[in-house]
Amino acid sequence: MSSDAAKADRIRELMAAEGDAVAANTRGFNEGRYESTGRLDDYEELKGEARAIKEDAIGRLPELIEQVRESVEADGGTVYVADDAADANRYITELTARERDADRLVKSKSMTSEEIEVNEALEAEGVEVVETDLGEWVLQLADEAPSHIVAPAIHKSREGISELFAERFDLDDPPETAEELTVFARERLGELIEDADVGMTGANFIAADSGTMLLVTSEGNARKSVTATDTHVAVAGVEKLVPTVEDFSPFVELIGRSGTGQDVTSYISTLTPPVDSPIPDFQGDEEPLADGSGDDRDFHLVLIDNGRMAMRDDEELKETLYCIRCSACANACGNFQSVGGHAFGGETYSGGIATGWEAGIEGLDVAAEFNDLCTGCSRCVPACPVGIDIPWINTVVRDRINRGEVDSRQTDWLFEELVPDEEPAGLDLGTRVVGSYETVAKLGSLTAPIANRLADAGPLRALAERVTGIDRRRDLPEFASEPLVDWFERRGGAAVPADEASREAVLYPDTATNYVDIDRGKAAVRALEALGVHVRVPDLSGSGRPPLSQGMVATARASAEDAYAGLAPHVDAGRDVVVIEPSDLAMFRREYEKLLPERSFERLADAGYDVMEYCFGLLENGGDPAALRAPAEGTGPVASGTRVAYHPHCQARTIGVGEHATAVMERLGYDVRVSETECCGMAGSFGYKTDYYELSMDVGEPLREQFGDTDRTVVASGTSCNEQLDALLESTPMHPVELIAPRE
Amino acid sequence: MSLADRSTFKRRLDSLGVTVTEGPPSACGELIDEAAGDPAVGVPLGGGGDDPTDAPVALPDRVETDPTTAELRAAHTGVTDAELGVVAYGSVAIEADRAGTEPVSLFVDRHVVVLREADLVPDMPDAFEWLGPKARDESADVVFATGPSATADMGGLVQGAHGPKEVHVVLLRDDEAADSADPGVTADE
Repeated sequence: MSSDAAKADRIRELMAAEGDAVAANTRGFNEGRYESTGRLDDYEELKGEARAIKEDAIGRLPELIEQVRESVEADGGTVYVADDAADANRYITELTARERDADRLVKSKSMTSEEIEVNEALEAEGVEVVETDLGEWVLQLADEAPSHIVAPAIHKSREGISELFAERFDLDDPPETAEELTVFARERLGELIEDADVGMTGANFIAADSGTMLLVTSEGNARKSVTATDTHVAVAGVEKLVPTVEDFSPFVELIGRSGTGQDVTSYISTLTPPVDSPIPDFQGDEEPLADGSGDDRDFHLVLIDNGRMAMRDDEELKETLYCIRCSACANACGNFQSVGGHAFGGETYSGGIATGWEAGIEGLDVAAEFNDLCTGCSRCVPACPVGIDIPWINTVVRDRINRGEVDSRQTDWLFEELVPDEEPAGLDLGTRVVGSYETVAKLGSLTAPIANRLADAGPLRALAERVTGIDRRRDLPEFASEPLVDWFERRGGAAVPADEASREAVLYPDTATNYVDIDRGKAAVRALEALGVHVRVPDLSGSGRPPLSQGMVATARASAEDAYAGLAPHVDAGRDVVVIEPSDLAMFRREYEKLLPERSFERLADAGYDVMEYCFGLLENGGDPAALRAPAEGTGPVASGTRVAYHPHCQARTIGVGEHATAVMERLGYDVRVSETECCGMAGSFGYKTDYYELSMDVGEPLREQFGDTDRTVVASGTSCNEQLDALLESTPMHPVELIAPRE
Repeated sequence: MSLADRSTFKRRLDSLGVTVTEGPPSACGELIDEAAGDPAVGVPLGGGGDDPTDAPVALPDRVETDPTTAELRAAHTGVTDAELGVVAYGSVAIEADRAGTEPVSLFVDRHVVVLREADLVPDMPDAFEWLGPKARDESADVVFATGPSATADMGGLVQGAHGPKEVHVVLLRDDEAADSADPGVTADE
């Protein structure tokens, strides 16, 4: 929230130290996800099934807890429901250190055990704890925290691991290749597992009907930790419960694909403990293996509440409990790809959904440390196998942080009039300026010549950076002196009369188009009219996107209500609503579900179109492509070639309108190369902030790599994408509608 | 299972780096002998029920079927059966038991898995339909193993982490007569 230099420094350090390894791994996982889920015929159905199971399970969680207790106890195991971390640790240390008098506990990977910090609790009681997952073991040796919830050591390079082993084990000739490092670790850990007394695992899912727990692993260390020890302690959050064993199926199909891009991991263990296997006696190893020692096994399931039951009662945070910890939201996230979980994470969890977990488990203060890093680009939304609206959870938590951080001493008189009444008085200025972008833009447009000159004046930018946190390295938007709405009225309104039109449409004058980039608005009017549409450009309220991005939910809701009030009569009259700025269309199609009554949301979502989606639809329904501009026409830099490089807006992709522009351009004969980058890194206002300028540029780096040397005409649909591409490529891109609209 | 399913299963195993040999139940011992390294340990196969397709099959003499823990630790290969194969994923379901199927399949470099073609199911939902009653009624412990153990934690993908480095599936065909009459072709069910 603050323009805290320390935060920018920390991000810079992490990008330098860990950014390359994190980026290579997470981008690899993300590509793997697309490939692996692409091989599923019924991907969306499976996601729907998984979501329904979670909704049902969390809905009747108390009942499932009682049922699993009965199931586990009927098999001779024990269930303990721990209120919090201290309660869980008390139970586990009592069992391990006192009752079992254990010297060593071997663990397989478990984020929940990290959450309760059970290692520290056990070590304080004299129990040696050995992490047996190779990545976790590396971190244990290095005394570092996981940087990723599934692949905890992705920030470590092979060379770094080799050096670590050399140092910790005093090796003159340390293992170097991945194979050598693995063999070394396997042998060391193999010996430690053989002599262990207690095995601890997590659980990815637990079926209440049978007490069966499911573990998703690849290395085989969880299997060994359970098999080699006579006492098995499983630690799991209460949210891991599902009603039946059959419910495991969609999750097994989704979890590996969504996370690391594996169709399924090497081992899906389904244990209904105590397990039947004999316990290999590695000390008295001349005895037969099959000696009936499996009868001596002891099993304890420790279910952790630690804030979860309260999250269940919190309508906004509840969805977090559906999370299956697959890491898709982290891997799909531009910011996460650049900084990893050490910056984009809290005490335990990392990535987009971590905001929900940390807010619920640790508190708002912990979530506040990294919540800013969610830009709301929404690329995690289609990636999440249980359909959690992760950006919304981040927005809600941001709103709560805004409200909790009221500081009346702030000298904010200058911007008082910009702050909507619904928001707390202590909001920091950067948040306010961005959140009130519509007001700023209106004022800027009224005083455009002066405002634009002042905006670029060096000393004023330095002052603005200090006061608002808007980075001086960014070009500020130049306000147009005549808004689009005024231009349209001055030209005499619609050129195609309603009675001659194929359709009637309202071109929504989004704030960016109306006040800053009116050329794309004019181009949209020309394109639609060329296709026979009767167009209106009425004066309408902003969609509420900027305040929503700053967590100003009440202000965003007020804007949504105003925008809807302005649009409703047009929708009633059967007019389509055509939107140029994708982030505003995404409001209509996604976020308004949270801000408006259901019927209002549905009506506007149904009536709303992306301008390129609309052109696509018109062409599909008999519109004449010759009315639009084909590549051969025109001269000059803008229309000089058929070759186009196109970056679809992040939110446009999420709502499924990223590809219509490609289709229209190709239909007209353009050769289109589409970017593979999830988000340009600007993400609305994010990249303007001083704390995040460098991160934002780093997130955009893959775009520079893909489009940097291109002689193609660069097009992008979002205003902020255009700003970012301008900065990255030093060429000014335009909206695809400007490419295809007939010339003036 | 149809021929198409069997070939899909084999293709999946191949893509996972799992080798497969197949033949009639009478050839099982021979196929295991070809697949197993030395020393080898195992658990007795089949014969657990009245199901005629689950008739006991012979293990080669060199496979120690009542190993000590020392023999397990020294073993290169572990031979066990699988209860089920999942065609779409190339997974085999290994059920833990008192004989030590779980440790024998795990604490070795190479796991040789014997699977009957009749135990192939098309997809994951079928596997969990099968597991549900077993888990509820018999408290079964089953691992669905797909390829060898693996890790990506050491700076590159490595096959052979804590568990086996290699997996070999011996696939026993249903119809011995059809098989001997026309090797390579199995009638559709």
